[in-house]
Amino acid sequence: MPVLPWSSQLIHLGAALLLLTSFAMLSQRRVLSLVNLFALQGLVLSFSTAAVAYSSGQPHLYVSAGLSLLLKVILLPWILHRLIRRLNVHFDSEPLLNIPTTMLVGILLVVFSFALSQPIAELSTSVARSTLGIALAVVMLSFLMMITRRKAVTQVIGFLAMENGLFFAAMSATHGMPMVVELGVALDVLVGTMILGVFFFQIREQFDSLDLKHLEKLKEE
Amino acid sequence: MTLGPTLLALLQTALTIALAPLLVGWVDQCRAWLQNRRGAGVLQPYRTLRKLFNKDAIIAHSASPIFRASPYVQFGAMALAAAIIPVLGNGPLLATSADTIALVGVFAVARVFAALAGMDIGTAFGTLGARREMFVGFLSEPALLMVFFTASLLSQSTQLPVIVDVLAHRELTIYPSLAFAAVAFVMVLLAENARIPIDNPATHLELTMIHEAMVLEYSARHLALIEWSAALKLLNYAAIGLALFVPWGLAAPADGGLAITLGWALTVIKLGVVGAALALIETFSAKLRIFRAPEFLATAFLLAVLGLLVHQLLGS
Repeated sequence: MPVLPWSSQLIHLGAALLLLTSFAMLSQRRVLSLVNLFALQGLVLSFSTAAVAYSSGQPHLYVSAGLSLLLKVILLPWILHRLIRRLNVHFDSEPLLNIPTTMLVGILLVVFSFALSQPIAELSTSVARSTLGIALAVVMLSFLMMITRRKAVTQVIGFLAMENGLFFAAMSATHGMPMVVELGVALDVLVGTMILGVFFFQIREQFDSLDLKHLEKLKEE
Repeated sequence: MTLGPTLLALLQTALTIALAPLLVGWVDQCRAWLQNRRGAGVLQPYRTLRKLFNKDAIIAHSASPIFRASPYVQFGAMALAAAIIPVLGNGPLLATSADTIALVGVFAVARVFAALAGMDIGTAFGTLGARREMFVGFLSEPALLMVFFTASLLSQSTQLPVIVDVLAHRELTIYPSLAFAAVAFVMVLLAENARIPIDNPATHLELTMIHEAMVLEYSARHLALIEWSAALKLLNYAAIGLALFVPWGLAAPADGGLAITLGWALTVIKLGVVGAALALIETFSAKLRIFRAPEFLATAFLLAVLGLLVHQLLGS
């Protein structure tokens, strides 16, 4: 078999680890471990961004790598940890489906996104094009996580993980978005998390719980 | 010297069978150290075996021939597996006559007979243990097969010696698919060998026991054979793991005496590391409820399938 250059191997390794952390988040019941896994995913993402930057020789990707390190490994997990402590929600988040079923659905999603991304990846000229399927799978798995969880904090973490997937998809298809867009998205994610943090307090004040099924009732009794 | 490789393979298989209790002793000793105990020494399993072989066997009145035959079948299956797996060197006795899929079948034979013997006497404990054993087995077997398939896809062969040969002599590349398979394999190893997240090998008292519940009715030489085959099973699984994921240093018979001796020494060192790691895992994790076992094994299966899929996507 042909031997790939080292940087491509590192990109593949990073992509595989990204998929692994997605599944780990899908199977995790504890909110605190979920935040730690999210931080780990951010770390892997920033590592593979740096690998893509090295192998494609695009200096602006180093900035993205540094940005995601700062934002997704340090800042967002810190905010989430603080929120969880102040909301006092160290509960086990009970998923709607049981975990093995969720995993099996997850495998199907991975197969689906791999098949879907195959023709798209053919069109791309990026060094990381073969990892597009994994990026799509990460997005799908985060969707699945948001669907199968009913607590507000886990849904937000699912949302942030989806952003990780999109970021990785952009990188593997076209070597990342323009810097302005990336900065804008980073700021949006940061501000979004802060606003959702405020929302958590409002939701809890209204319903005495962070369970989102209370939000489905539209009428007052 | 045409008999040379065969003799060497025979010697290696015999050594494997003889050394199996040593690995269990080493794991127990490491666990004792980690728990701040002195431990009974690495030779304790041999003392237990000698004691059991010197006792008179007691068999329940309602026992059928299956109950008597089961220990021999289990031991025979594990010895056969030891002859298929390249444990000490890469020229196992039955290298060409059995591949990894047959190997999984050999393990299944041992499991079925253990379960049948557990149910044979008709006690509640035996039946319970047998049912749980089959429950764990039917979940871990597909995961094990998937791990083998990942390695087979990489090396284009299901023969263990060929897989070892290809993986040991490749250029130094990172295979993400093998990393997935390795994690899945460790989980299968823990479940299949009744280690801590699934079963506690040191318990005789809990209602949660699986393996010990099945062999509760056995005594003396039968129990000795079962314990020995359990030790051999652990060694076999550890050797499969080493062969698939750290195959460097396993010498083929054609490599000459020095390489073979070095290969043996390296294997013993690797097994020592595996034993210590196993003790570490067991010390740091708590036993799962039996109804969490499907979750644990579904994760193993998932990781193995992911390995396959990642191999298909990335070609590595």
